[in-house]
Amino acid sequence: MRWLLLKDLQILRRSPLQAFLLVAYPVLIAVLVGFAISRSPDKPRVALLNEVPAESRVAVGTTELPDIGVNDRICARVECVKVNSHAEAVDAVSSGDVLAALILPADLVDRINSLSTPSPSTPEVEVILNEEDPVKARLVNDRINALLTQANLVIARRIAHEGGKFVGLVVNGGQFTVLGQAIQILGLGNTARILHAVRAALPPGELRKSLDEVLRFTTLTRSNLGTAGTLLTRLTQPIAVDKQVVNASTPPLEIFAIAVAATFTLAFVTVLLVAGSLALEREENAFPRLTRGLVSPAALLTEKVALGVAVGLLVTLLMLAGLAFFVPLHWSRFGLWLLAILAGGAGLGAAGAALGAAAREVRAVSLLAFMVTLPVAFLSLIPSGTVGPALNDAIEVIAALFPFKPALQAITGALDPAGPSIAGALLHLGILILAYGLLARLALRRFSTV
Amino acid sequence: MDAGTGTAAAVIEARGLVKRFGEREALRGVSFEAAAGELVAVIGPNGAGKTTLLSILAGISKPDGGEVHVPEGEVGWVPQQAALYRQLTVEENLLLFARLEKHADPQASVAEMLELTGLGERRGDVVARLSGGNQQRINIAIGLLARPSVLLLDEPSVGLDPRQRARLWEFVSALVAERGTTVIFSTHDIQEAERYGKRLLVLADGEALFDGSADGLRGAVREEAPEAASQDFETAFVAYLHHRGH
Repeated sequence: MRWLLLKDLQILRRSPLQAFLLVAYPVLIAVLVGFAISRSPDKPRVALLNEVPAESRVAVGTTELPDIGVNDRICARVECVKVNSHAEAVDAVSSGDVLAALILPADLVDRINSLSTPSPSTPEVEVILNEEDPVKARLVNDRINALLTQANLVIARRIAHEGGKFVGLVVNGGQFTVLGQAIQILGLGNTARILHAVRAALPPGELRKSLDEVLRFTTLTRSNLGTAGTLLTRLTQPIAVDKQVVNASTPPLEIFAIAVAATFTLAFVTVLLVAGSLALEREENAFPRLTRGLVSPAALLTEKVALGVAVGLLVTLLMLAGLAFFVPLHWSRFGLWLLAILAGGAGLGAAGAALGAAAREVRAVSLLAFMVTLPVAFLSLIPSGTVGPALNDAIEVIAALFPFKPALQAITGALDPAGPSIAGALLHLGILILAYGLLARLALRRFSTV
Repeated sequence: MDAGTGTAAAVIEARGLVKRFGEREALRGVSFEAAAGELVAVIGPNGAGKTTLLSILAGISKPDGGEVHVPEGEVGWVPQQAALYRQLTVEENLLLFARLEKHADPQASVAEMLELTGLGERRGDVVARLSGGNQQRINIAIGLLARPSVLLLDEPSVGLDPRQRARLWEFVSALVAERGTTVIFSTHDIQEAERYGKRLLVLADGEALFDGSADGLRGAVREEAPEAASQDFETAFVAYLHHRGH
């Protein structure tokens, strides 16, 4: 078997372009996929035109709220690109320089302030979206809606806070400043105390009865308004979230991205190499000659899978070593990495052998390998719950029949120290290795025809 | 069927071979034997069953009926299409198969085959760059690495120009004469079979029509198709097949 392995490596070495493409293409795909998944979508580029005068303040009653830092709050959630005019904002969106533009009109604060007047108007902000890419548009739309919801919440909290202070003045009394003039507010508590003193001095009669009614009203009002401050605070966030994580094994995004990139690399190198080198035996008419007592078909299959696993392991480890410069990896788990990559590679290699035995030519096999591996890999990455239940079930069945997903699970588990055991994934891969090995052996019978 | 030679002990023997591919019968009770050092041509039109017969004798496919007696491990097989790794050199191809044949000294075996094929100077050339004739010589040399007492060649001269063909037959004839190897080759070229085959086995539609010398076949043609006897041998042979219902 070692002589066949040596021969396949000689053939690979003899075709440097093929060898380069075999390694470079999956690594390129892997890195792109890795970046695509790991790149945080938290900060889309958004053009911001803030026309609100700097000195404008939201007022509650006659009190102006302090500056709430609208620019800073927005720019903490998106990458702000400051623009100076509406036309410039539209241009930036049209050209694709930014995903959207958010325009805060000059009368925004005035409109907010009008809410507490007899003739309120609705405050509006303008959003300009480029819907050329529906996925991108949806992302930005969601992000801007979240921003506006947060802005509404901030204003509501400020109003609730100021409203609570007014209620406190009414209940407890204190000093209130209007246009620079301090006014002393008596408050319901002080009112009740004064009324009690007055009542003690009054003789029984109609006037004292009337004063008793005023006292009851004062006491009741004070008691009820005492809870108003809490109610106002609650109104800003009436529903609290109690988040419970049921799947604690979810790996960090960076680890998952690296695992995806590594599995992509391993899958393409192994499947293509095993399928291609097996088909080459047929294309070169060597299969009947080899299996006339020189090598058994099972040994030939084993050699091809070993070739794919060896090259796949080398390329995957090189890629992990490269990615380790950007993201810290736990080299202490290297043994588990090896185990996961070897098992994943063997599963993918067995699938490659079955594909290689199914087609006559290397080109057809390469195309078939791409046509099978690429969609199955992407199906394996679709999170559960993002599609309907029936489609989700179908995707899970397809993903379970191909070694990509268990290989991804094994590699993710091996890379993530807090991840689950990889035993289940290894068992899954073991079953697939046997199944695909058997399929490949059966398909090889077709090779024998001359 | 006409009589075979039967002059020496058979080193390879087939009796009543039947092979079916679905509804089609590729071989219908073909019997055949060859003695040591014989050079036998299996001739017939396309689809006659020549390749099927050789692949059964080589052990690559199994017959549906009949039996084959071959010296175990001593049958070399050279397929019609060169079974070579075109991206490896001549030497790398020979070395690979010498190692797979578990030769004690693979390098010595390679040197022997390079000398035999006369391709020593091109040992470092990638096979893809060789001519069809030279590729076929390497193809045959690999078949010889098994040190077979019987060598099966499936249409060995297809695609070769006359010069390459002459060199090929010179090489094969030397194998028979100097090593005593039994060579059985298939061809659909009656003139090539007549010129190089010491014995001819005629197959048509899976049936053996004739087994004997070239002179014997000429006699059979004269007897079966006298109207074509005065024409060239190929035309007479076609007439003979026609008279036999093929």
